[in-house]
Amino acid sequence: MTVHQPDLDTSAKVSDEIRKTTCYMCACRCGINVHMQDGKVKYIEGNRDHPVNKGVLCAKGSAGIMQHYSPARLKSPMKRVGERGSGEFEEISWDEAFDIAVSWLKPVRENNPEKLAFFTGRDQSQSMTSWWAQNFGTPNYAAHGGFCSVNMAAAGIYTMGGAFWEFGAPDWDRTKLFMIFGVAEDHDSNPIKTGLSKVKANGGKIIGVNPIRSGYNAIADEWVGITPGTDGLFILSMIHELLKAGKVDVDYLRRYTNLPQLVNTVEGSAEFGLFLRDADDKPQVLDRATGKLVAFDTPGIMADMANGYEVDGKTYKPAFLVMAEKYMSDEYAPEKAADRCGISAERIKAIAAQLAHTAFKEEITIDQPWTDWKGEKHDKMIGRPVAFHAMRGISAHSNGFQTCRALHVLQILLGSVECPGGFRFKPPYPKPVSAHPKPHMGVTAGAPLNGPHLGFVRGPEDLLLKEDGTAARIDKAFTWENPMSSHGLMHMVISNAYAGDPYKIDVLFMYMANMSWNSSMNTTEVMKMLTDKDENGEYVIPKLIYSDAYSSEMVAFADLILPDTTYLERHDCISLLDRPICEADAIADSIRWPVVEPDRDVRGFQTALIQLGVRLGLPGMTNEDGSAVYEDYADYIQNHERRPGVGPLAGFRGKDKKGKGRGEPNPNQIQDYIDNGGFWIDHIPEDGTYFKPWNAAYQDWAVERGIFDSIQPYVFEVYSETVQKFRLAAQGHGAHQPPEHLRAQLDMVMDPLPIWYEPFEQTIVDTDEYPIHALTQRPMAMYHSWGTQNAWLRQIHGTNPMYVSGEIWNEHGFEEGDWAWVTSVHGKIKVPVVKMDALNGKTIWTWNAIGKRKGAWALDEKAPEANKGFLLNHLIHELLPAKGDGMRWANSDPVTGQAAWFDLRVKIEKAAAGDEIAQPDTPAQKSPVGRGPQDITYGEDF
Amino acid sequence: MTTLPASTAKKLGLVIDLDICVGCHACVISCKEWNTSNYGAPLSDMDAYGENPVGTFLNRVHTFEVKSAGCNAQTVHFPKSCLHCEDAPCVTVCPTGASYKRVEDGIVLVNESDCIGCGLCAWACPYGAREMDAAEGVMKKCTLCVDRIYNENIPEIDREPSCVRTCPAKARHFGDFADPDSNVSVMTRERGGMELMPELATKPVNRYLPPRPKADISGDIDILAPLLAPVPENKGGFMGWLDKALEAI
Repeated sequence: MTVHQPDLDTSAKVSDEIRKTTCYMCACRCGINVHMQDGKVKYIEGNRDHPVNKGVLCAKGSAGIMQHYSPARLKSPMKRVGERGSGEFEEISWDEAFDIAVSWLKPVRENNPEKLAFFTGRDQSQSMTSWWAQNFGTPNYAAHGGFCSVNMAAAGIYTMGGAFWEFGAPDWDRTKLFMIFGVAEDHDSNPIKTGLSKVKANGGKIIGVNPIRSGYNAIADEWVGITPGTDGLFILSMIHELLKAGKVDVDYLRRYTNLPQLVNTVEGSAEFGLFLRDADDKPQVLDRATGKLVAFDTPGIMADMANGYEVDGKTYKPAFLVMAEKYMSDEYAPEKAADRCGISAERIKAIAAQLAHTAFKEEITIDQPWTDWKGEKHDKMIGRPVAFHAMRGISAHSNGFQTCRALHVLQILLGSVECPGGFRFKPPYPKPVSAHPKPHMGVTAGAPLNGPHLGFVRGPEDLLLKEDGTAARIDKAFTWENPMSSHGLMHMVISNAYAGDPYKIDVLFMYMANMSWNSSMNTTEVMKMLTDKDENGEYVIPKLIYSDAYSSEMVAFADLILPDTTYLERHDCISLLDRPICEADAIADSIRWPVVEPDRDVRGFQTALIQLGVRLGLPGMTNEDGSAVYEDYADYIQNHERRPGVGPLAGFRGKDKKGKGRGEPNPNQIQDYIDNGGFWIDHIPEDGTYFKPWNAAYQDWAVERGIFDSIQPYVFEVYSETVQKFRLAAQGHGAHQPPEHLRAQLDMVMDPLPIWYEPFEQTIVDTDEYPIHALTQRPMAMYHSWGTQNAWLRQIHGTNPMYVSGEIWNEHGFEEGDWAWVTSVHGKIKVPVVKMDALNGKTIWTWNAIGKRKGAWALDEKAPEANKGFLLNHLIHELLPAKGDGMRWANSDPVTGQAAWFDLRVKIEKAAAGDEIAQPDTPAQKSPVGRGPQDITYGEDF
Repeated sequence: MTTLPASTAKKLGLVIDLDICVGCHACVISCKEWNTSNYGAPLSDMDAYGENPVGTFLNRVHTFEVKSAGCNAQTVHFPKSCLHCEDAPCVTVCPTGASYKRVEDGIVLVNESDCIGCGLCAWACPYGAREMDAAEGVMKKCTLCVDRIYNENIPEIDREPSCVRTCPAKARHFGDFADPDSNVSVMTRERGGMELMPELATKPVNRYLPPRPKADISGDIDILAPLLAPVPENKGGFMGWLDKALEAI
């Protein structure tokens, strides 16, 4: 046969129209171009103009079509008609749904608003949902941060005014050494991948610290397979080396941190460990030129860090010396850390040396003059091109807060925060603790709460305790058990409500959080708590309202379902008031808008919430005549003002649409965003793009845009006086005292300088019996539980074997195809095992949230996710095992309350050959949406 | 059997950088979504929500563990799609002429209207790069997005395969290997781009850039050790260093 080449149309029409909106396949908020044809979604690609993804898109993003057309989408409001957990529902109208909700919520608000617990999961409208909850008047509101990464966020805010991801990012274009801790896939999903690529293209080096060598660690130039829970010790050990060798940036520390501030060294006194302050309450430093005490923010001084001060027989030392003494002690020597961390002393030293080399021998400069907040002029910007990123791997431990603090302190000591080549904040960050609200608990029947629910405590006086010393919040956030729990503790809500501790609630209202499944520790028990009845035959947690777009496991446990839309059918704002999408050199925000209208009787949750608020007559949402202030969420987005001139969207404000950050509402604002590609961006002037917290050009720009109201002096809090105040209380000082049983723990963990201590679980369980660490990671192609309904993504991650290190594999004589029992002190699961050598030898792990309950997500009951897939959650309890003191301690960080998922210790044994069904095998829930279609050929219409 | 062109004007293909591929599957899904609603029959998913979901994909990522003495085990992510071979055995084996290699650019395609779904080409391909669509009964394969790269309805900057445009790690590059100065030729030269299984003499066009060597047990310790030498006592130790450092400001 000869060459036979048909004529091809290589220039076919691609689509009728492109609609630009924001992805929501995970929390990264990339810009997307949605190609529409015949009114249907044909193709989704990244938006090249968008600040977050600059055109690229991950697997999840491209699979958005399958999420949008998922057979698991809920179709209508529903009320439960069977027993809880069964999945028996009846479809009802929105009017009936609202009537039911009002009949439950109105008496609660009128009598005791704390009887409502309103918690939202992975939504990104917390500025709106918290405003709703505040107007309702309940103190019980939070989002999912407490079981996600509050340690990282809180440690960042308390140390330097922000952490990673939405707070800031490496200076990818200039960094020469990038070190990433505890990250598999994470936010910023696409920017991290693109950034790693830039670092490599520029000849830089990547060091990955993770017990598991997958994903980013697979392409790292150097992999440190650390023992889980020891990152803090590893970091402090490197700090030990850097201090001993004098490889810290003294000039940077003197100018930009609180390390020159004078600390009271009189042990046992009520002021021990606090700063010496003047009459204006300003911390004092010594001026090296004059030897005199001056306020830390005095212009023209040269703060000393080498000499102490004595007054009235009390000795004060610069915090720098307090810190140096602590970390230079042998306790932190690499030789001491090596065995625990599973990293040789030589290697710890080598990595510290690389950090020092890159920071100080490969210094970079940008010829950009700038002026600092003291008025001092700098003729160039000096960069220390070392950058870090970290997330859940180091934060989801009971020592996570202090570990995250240690990492922030390391980058500060190297002088690499906010400099060229280092870590850069994204406006509105950094934002010091003092600029954040404190938490509030003032409940009045029939009236709003007296302030925002969540915030940052400054000392024991800010805890949310009732007069009898019990917790004001159902999740016990901001109590002595976890004083700095800035994101609340969503993972404790169900168990506390079930136990009636600190009190019973009447209505549990949740949004977009799979709390009966992969988002709870102790899943089997949680399902029992949700279905258990009291002696009168009533459910112990009386009423449960849930909103979700899909038929998740949690749906089956609700009494009333408010069906949400998909992300392509809704309005949203990714707001500066909330969790913005800013870049290091720009502020930015964005919207979602209905690129297709729902074909079901569903409403965007925030719209439903506003409409429910009107029916409840909530202030802010209801006019005096009872009519609605806002018709729906879109109306709220355009017209709500949090402060005069400042609203959910910062761009195109005012009637002339020229307002940036500040300005009157613009009634056409959403269309202006659509016309601009779905987002708005405004760049920082060139001389303000680095050293932002101390840079006058940045500060002036930020004040103009309403990011803050006036310029304030700024120093990083390497030494945390706030933390020390809690320690002083634990030592018996002050009017606010912890319960006796918590004193010793608080005294240990509330150290004003980062420390490392052993993760709690392994101090209680017999580590000879449970010698193995067990972890989960999030796969890059799937986001939590949402991905399973996705016909394309489930072909990549339809099962989640337990990956077992070669060492453990050989020790137990496992063979390919084997199953194993994995047992913790709390529970037991049967799972398929697979060997993996690129893994810390004492560790096993699996993908997060692949296992599914039969009947959920419109999957067939024989789906591999529901038969071979499993959750590690069954092995993890929200409480630690009993340790014989008559109490049960929380399995969480004692500073922030973050769930300590990754402290888990287990043992493993080969399972007898059998049915190859993962255990526990939870009975099926009935699907309110049926089962998905058999075969699909998406695209045949086009 | 079907004849291959003696030569092609261009040799379009991909460079895939294994040093930066993090295995995220972005290319896999972007390929699927473009190709299921553009050139040829849709890429079906059989038993999509059931016990054994099996769909047609033109590009897949495989993950391997690599072990060598003295080093920690490594993980390598390996994306694989049609390599558009110059001596493509999948073309010559085709009994109907449905499989062909384009004279102008070397892209190997299947003319679906002539494909009888016999599957011989998939057997002939040593790379496992072809997939029979179970719903349509025709053979599917990477088209290098032939309906994108020349498409005048698409902005010029986007006239590249969907997998290349979407790759967050910039691990995929598209170009003409017949041009020694093209991006892909230069990259292949500079980074030691490799053919896949050259011993089979299929002359694949696509190239893989190998992972850079990993420095697991860092050899740099000795070189950098002096950097971390403690400040000597005869220079006043730590406090002497601090004083000096403060004076120097």
